[in-house]
Amino acid sequence: MMQLPCPWCGPRNVTEFRHHGPHSPRPEVEPASVEQWHRYLYLQENPCGPVEERWYHSAGCRRFISITRDTYTNATQPGEHP
Amino acid sequence: MTSTQRTGQQPRRLPPQPGEVIDRDRTLQFLWNGRRLSGYEGDSIISALAAAGEQVFSRSFKYHRLRGILSATMHDPHCMLQVDDEPNVRAAHRLLREGMGVTSQNTWPSLHLDLKAVTQLGGRFLAPGFYYKTFMWPRRLWPTYEKVLRQFVHAGRVDQSARGERYEKRYAHTDVLVAGGGPAGMAAALAAAQAGARVMLVEEEHQLGGHLRWANSAGAAELADQVRKAEGIHVLTNATVAARYDGNWCAVIQREPAPGEPERILKTRTGSLVVAAGLIERPYIFSGNDLPGVMLSSAARRLIALHAVAPGERAVVLTANPEGDAAVAHLERAGIEVARVVDARTGGNVRRARGRKTLQQVELTDGTRIEADLLVTATGWTAPTALLNMSGAAPEYVPQAARFLSSAQPQAGVYSTGGLVGDGDAEQLHQHGAAVGIQAAQHALRKRRAAVAATPTGVPATENESPSSPGPVAPLPVPEHPELFRSTTHGMVDFSEDVTSRDLESAVREGYESSELVKRYTTVTMGPTQGKFELVNALAVIASTTGKTIAETGATTWRPMYTSVTLGALAGRNYDPVRYSELQPWHASHGAVPLVAGQWIRPEHYGDPVAEVKAVRRGVGIIDVTPIGKLDLRGPDVPKLLNQLYVNKWSRLAIGRVRYGVMCAEDGVVFDDGVTARLGEEHYVMSTTSSGAGAVWEWVEEWLQTMHPDWQVHVTPVTTAYTSINVAGPHSRRLVSRLTEGVDLSAEEFGYMRVRTGRVAGVDESILWRIGFTGELSYEIHVPASYGLHVWEALLSAGEDLGVTPFGVEAQRVLRLEKGHLIVGQDTDGLTKAYSAGLDWAVKLDKPDFAGKPELVWQHEQGSGHRLVAIQPVDPGVVPEEAAQVLFPTGRIGGRITSSRYSPTLNRSICLGQVERALSDPGTVLDIRLADGRIVQGTVMPQLAHVDPEGTRLNNDTGPEAPERWADPVARGSVPAPGPKTSIAGWEVSTEQSMAPLTLADVTPLVKISVRAAPDGVTADRMPAAFGQARPWGDRLLVVGSGPGEWMVLAEPGERAAALNELSEILQDAEELTSIVDLTHGRALFQLSGESAAELLAAVCAIDLADDMVPDGAALRTNVAGVVTDLIRHDEEGGRRRYLLHCERSSGRYLHATLLDAGRSHGVAETGYPASGSVIRR
Ligand SMILES: [Zn+2]
Repeated sequence: MMQLPCPWCGPRNVTEFRHHGPHSPRPEVEPASVEQWHRYLYLQENPCGPVEERWYHSAGCRRFISITRDTYTNATQPGEHP
Repeated sequence: MTSTQRTGQQPRRLPPQPGEVIDRDRTLQFLWNGRRLSGYEGDSIISALAAAGEQVFSRSFKYHRLRGILSATMHDPHCMLQVDDEPNVRAAHRLLREGMGVTSQNTWPSLHLDLKAVTQLGGRFLAPGFYYKTFMWPRRLWPTYEKVLRQFVHAGRVDQSARGERYEKRYAHTDVLVAGGGPAGMAAALAAAQAGARVMLVEEEHQLGGHLRWANSAGAAELADQVRKAEGIHVLTNATVAARYDGNWCAVIQREPAPGEPERILKTRTGSLVVAAGLIERPYIFSGNDLPGVMLSSAARRLIALHAVAPGERAVVLTANPEGDAAVAHLERAGIEVARVVDARTGGNVRRARGRKTLQQVELTDGTRIEADLLVTATGWTAPTALLNMSGAAPEYVPQAARFLSSAQPQAGVYSTGGLVGDGDAEQLHQHGAAVGIQAAQHALRKRRAAVAATPTGVPATENESPSSPGPVAPLPVPEHPELFRSTTHGMVDFSEDVTSRDLESAVREGYESSELVKRYTTVTMGPTQGKFELVNALAVIASTTGKTIAETGATTWRPMYTSVTLGALAGRNYDPVRYSELQPWHASHGAVPLVAGQWIRPEHYGDPVAEVKAVRRGVGIIDVTPIGKLDLRGPDVPKLLNQLYVNKWSRLAIGRVRYGVMCAEDGVVFDDGVTARLGEEHYVMSTTSSGAGAVWEWVEEWLQTMHPDWQVHVTPVTTAYTSINVAGPHSRRLVSRLTEGVDLSAEEFGYMRVRTGRVAGVDESILWRIGFTGELSYEIHVPASYGLHVWEALLSAGEDLGVTPFGVEAQRVLRLEKGHLIVGQDTDGLTKAYSAGLDWAVKLDKPDFAGKPELVWQHEQGSGHRLVAIQPVDPGVVPEEAAQVLFPTGRIGGRITSSRYSPTLNRSICLGQVERALSDPGTVLDIRLADGRIVQGTVMPQLAHVDPEGTRLNNDTGPEAPERWADPVARGSVPAPGPKTSIAGWEVSTEQSMAPLTLADVTPLVKISVRAAPDGVTADRMPAAFGQARPWGDRLLVVGSGPGEWMVLAEPGERAAALNELSEILQDAEELTSIVDLTHGRALFQLSGESAAELLAAVCAIDLADDMVPDGAALRTNVAGVVTDLIRHDEEGGRRRYLLHCERSSGRYLHATLLDAGRSHGVAETGYPASGSVIRR
């Protein structure tokens, strides 16, 4: 089982976290076009390699954290976003 | 052979051998196929049978050929026997016990006269692919085929009446895990321990030593002794590292870890894994190679050296390596006649073995025939690289060595040594093992230091720096070994599946050229041995048939598990958390039929749901609605949050008012609904559906943490801090007023959708909501959970004259359907957007933004999606099933029934349904297809409510009555108090005291105050404990840093005022948002006390509780038996280990029961409230 490096709690089993998908900022409602919203809601790149993801440490500190995970090797490191 | 030393009972037992593992003073009697035999303590079942002169143990899978010893190890495919009621026992590994009843499997009517062996007569009948080809057509004959085929299944009998066994799982943590206790593995373990690492050494067999046990038994014993005496090495024998997963998470299978426990899985997290699995000797392929009497050189030497059993009387030895040469000497030393040594290195070879039942004659390729009952082969090795493959390595076939070798280390943290990487003498193996051990230890210690530093509870060890980095590990020499796989004849390749080299050749000729395809077609390597003996031979045969090299032919992937593991061990103990309201015991003892709703156990009804519905419509009913989610929201920006998450408007909700709200996900799909009340200037309580409580909380946190960290809002879940009771019916005002003080309940003062706080049945800080789901006048009372039973019983006694009736979830569902209230998840699904749920009135598209707005704008423009409508079947007696299809006149599906019941109020069936717009106009008569295919008609109604669409029943003009006097309420802990009771600060607690070394006590009465502030603000500076710490504050308070910007202040029962005083002093001029929420009633708190507390927790908690990770004074939150639990180490005076655990109160009963159950093997005892009366003070 993978461990994720929680910046608050230290390394913990991945089963303590909930996956919130690749980091993607929510567009501003007003200026955003229908296409932008469509992309935000429904289109995922799903690359093979490093992806910055958001995880929620639901069974720990209860913070949303950012982790860069290589989808091929599962190697993880802290993400760039807070 | 001096036959004088052979007793009648054990004719093949040799005189004492150096290093033998049997105890000749302890004779054990057992039964073999009904015959009484004896062996010695330390014998395996097979060694005892062999000592008794038995040579044949089983029949093979397909041809039912007689089989004897092949390897004399756990993996020996011929030595799987039935022991009492247990089938498939690895009898060459399982130790003999007094009184065992051992029988052969797969034989009928007897081992020596087996009717199924006739299949051998039609040998070609069972050609490769036989099953696929023969039993394919006609399909209708499958049942017959199955019966025939079942006869061929090799396995023992399962005794259906046998009592279940107990299995458990545990978590384990170590720095270095060494798989294999041979010379290299032991050297690695010793070196790693010396370097300061915690080491777990796992050996499959019953003793350490590996092949040294027969090559140099004194050396093996000396090394094993050093390991046992070394500090920091945890030795597990009769155990296997069966799997390795991401992050060095390994499945260690312990066999017979405790009496009555057949197997156990240790889920082991290790810093470094050292694979020292050794080598498995490879059989040689020739005609007759599966005859009893033909065995591997290592099998013969094992029998002699470990069990003092003569493997035969007169031997031929085929040798291609020094181990084979040593076997010759070993046999001779044991007094066994070696008739011929056939040296493959100088051209000698065996053509075939002959014998009627067992080996009688060996024929060499030069035509020589030798009478012999034992043929020992030493023609090479298979490297069991399973754990390395699972770590991502791809060992390569090296022709010079005639085996697969793992040259490179697969990745940081995974190492290999011993036969897997090369050959060497004892000294070389030792040096290599030690060098790898140091490397593994240093990697693991670096990792551990990093983990301690990254963990808020961690205390870096003050010990010296690790020794300087070791030089590169000198590689072991690459072995020189002739490539010997098959003689000039065909023979068995896969002994457990009866696949021969001829079968493999014919499969290749049929076109199956890839080894993966040959494997699936012939089932080679797919039997119980999983390639351990047959993999390389199979590849060699395929390679020679295709004309490719072995390296080109490939390898078969080794997958978990490396050894056979019982399903019981894999399943282990099942931790399936359930949640209870405080009132569930009352419900259960009053005839409630339990309903499982998510994790909650709720009363479905108390026997007659129709009567319950009528009681609510006519009089007054009460229902336990504790599972309704509740979030306490504080801060100036709560309205911004509500506006963002709900589709309707929230800016101007006055204090004391309640509003219904609907939440949509970003795709516009209805996600939850509920009411939110404003209790104070910056204080709100949000309610959610029971099943949505967790998801809404996470959704709120996501918005606050990731999108609007600037918003000043604190969220605290308080779902089970309150027992929630809905009082519904025309008499509800009269009933509630008899209990309530400090709230004017008159219709004018306390109107619909209003909220008040006051005293209910003597319980302060109760919240009263005038809301309802039933369409009747109703109040929802939230009382601090510890008083739940007190208030419930008060309602029943105060309402006796009003006919107050408890009602369950079923009656509530009927009532709400009569009223036309939708249930999210029942009347909506994962595609239902707000406009399809009849929520047009709620969606306010003129708000600048809210979650789901862009999608809802789009839905609104398109006018797309279904509509939620009320439907009444034309025949009032027909209740369509939920999910029944709604049809257009053409028969096309146009929707579905989402809810349906028979309404006792209207005496007719009523429904809600989702239908296409064309079917949604009031008055439309539509077709409904029932589950049995009948089609009935239904009429679309003008509005969702079937009963009282005008809402007049809410305008109930009963007047409030004077409140009665209520005795001081009794607070109860989170689990029933055992034994005699007393009262502490208004709490009923048990006085029972256990003297057991490990005890579990309910200490829920402690005051628990949650404090929230910024993780890095002035409050965080002032609080006495940082995140990850638990620190005393004076001698009455314990402050726990339970999260970033989150604290829990614990105090002795009744010390709430003192705690709040202290807090207000340090928080008063903080000038940042701080929230204080009393969670005394919202959390179950337990004290687990005793030296073995951490071992108990290892059964239910994956956290490493070692002293450097979780020292005294540490606090963390994690999963305990599937429940999110705060764990605080707060050792007792004198240093006795103690943990405080707290979780949501509704999970308390489950956690308490689970800890007692998991701790049975540690002798945990339930005890009452601490006699000293103090938990905080040491
Ligand atoms: Zn965390």
